[in-house]
Amino acid sequence: MPTVTITVNGKAVTREVEARTLLVQFLREHLSLTGTHVGCDTSQCGACVVHVDGQAIKSCTTLAVQADGSAVTTIEGLADGQTLHPMQEAFREHHGLQCGFCTPGMIMTAVDFAKNNKNPTEAEIRQALEGNICRCTGYHNIVKAVAAGTAAMNG
Amino acid sequence: MYQFEFHRPKSLAEAAALLEANEDAKALSGGQTLLPTLKQRLASPSDVVDLSAVPELKGISVSGDTVTIGAFTRHVDVAKSAEVAKAIPALSQLAAHIGDPAVRNRGTIGGSVANNDPAADYPSAVLALNATIHTNKRTIAADDFFKGLFETALDAGELIVKFTFPVPKRAGYAKFPNPASRYAMVGVFVAETASGVRVAVTGAGPGVFRAKEIEAALAGSFSAASLDGVKVPSAGMNSDMHGSAEYRAHLVTVMAKRAVAAAG
Ligand SMILES: Cc1cc2nc3c(=O)[nH]c(=O)nc-3n(C[C@H](O)[C@H](O)[C@H](O)COP(=O)(O)OP(=O)(O)OC[C@H]3O[C@@H](n4cnc5c(N)ncnc54)[C@H](O)[C@@H]3O)c2cc1C
Ligand code: FES
Ligand code: FES
Repeated sequence: MPTVTITVNGKAVTREVEARTLLVQFLREHLSLTGTHVGCDTSQCGACVVHVDGQAIKSCTTLAVQADGSAVTTIEGLADGQTLHPMQEAFREHHGLQCGFCTPGMIMTAVDFAKNNKNPTEAEIRQALEGNICRCTGYHNIVKAVAAGTAAMNG
Repeated sequence: MYQFEFHRPKSLAEAAALLEANEDAKALSGGQTLLPTLKQRLASPSDVVDLSAVPELKGISVSGDTVTIGAFTRHVDVAKSAEVAKAIPALSQLAAHIGDPAVRNRGTIGGSVANNDPAADYPSAVLALNATIHTNKRTIAADDFFKGLFETALDAGELIVKFTFPVPKRAGYAKFPNPASRYAMVGVFVAETASGVRVAVTGAGPGVFRAKEIEAALAGSFSAASLDGVKVPSAGMNSDMHGSAEYRAHLVTVMAKRAVAAAG
């Protein structure tokens, strides 16, 4: 079996994995990092979004072996101890979630977006969230949260 | 997903050798089509050959009248390239609207064109801009490359290395995206090129095709107004839960007008 070394939330981990192991399985089943969710099997919902080398990707559509040698950040890696990341804080403040299932993916997508778009319009935020599906909120508060979180991150 | 052997070759020669050594081997580029296919057990390659470490497949360059894009160039890289935006803005706009940001952060032009999904965006640009497909064995003209539903001129194990796009006088792309997947219900790429007006349609039929009626109308005058009343036959177009063949045929003219307007 292939051996992979991936830096997950700042810590290097080395594991043997089957080549067919998806990155999301590696995170959830091998490392017990269950904050990254699986909401579909068609690569469309975005619940599984994590960062690989700083970029938002769908961990259900990436093999763990493809991430060998990379740095992965999951929702568990955002907060600084007890202090929430500004984007997490914005979701809490603006009620950007109901059941919370989509939230980890939403936040990981939003954090990557905010790094590349300092002063986005509402339309740009909605476009950035096209790959993240929420069955609860109707998106309005998510968009507000992303706007506030983006401002806080770049403020 | 079934089991397979994973390889990450460091050169084009090594990648080609791995694919040739085993007829059940598959190339893996961005994985945004191949991995969903494997997850659904619709394919069971014995070997998966990851192209991410093959230097020959990477990079964007513009020299003179030609834009060259390596097969392993991600949609996000084309969308953000200042050089592409300057030379062929329609191409960077097309790339910026493929799928969603996470798909664009991994999906590549080589994977998209090799896959030739009937609703994919890139095949329309390759065909309308009269691009050349360079493989590890030969060069193929766009007009000879696309063979209908998921079929191309590529031989088994043959790899796309890069694309060369002649810079057009002007070009535009407009798509009516499926609201769930963002794939094209209908996408039309129009280009005024050195060899005349070329118009390629994706999403509407079983594969990308040139719309002769639109080309003829635009050859007279490259303006949206010259498409007034132009009808494209619906025979052979896709009919599904998203739209009938007649609706798609109608959308071809509408999208062509928008593409011409976008071309400026
Ligand atoms: C949710 C979602 C939405 C999407 N929306 C769109 C959309 O709106 N428009 C659109 O056009 N596409 C869309 N896509 C598809 C996306 O653009 C894919 O990236 C693309 O179709 C395949 O590229 P890839 O690099 O991921 O290739 P892979 O999935 O890695 O490979 C695809 C196929 O091409 C072969 N291949 C790969 N590279 C080469 C090469 N260099 N030479 C020869 N063969 C090769 C592989 O063996 C495989 O058979 C979407 C995908 C998803 C998951
Ligand atoms: S789990 Fe739905 S896109 Fe990854
Ligand atoms: S909060 Fe329930 S899916 Fe988004």
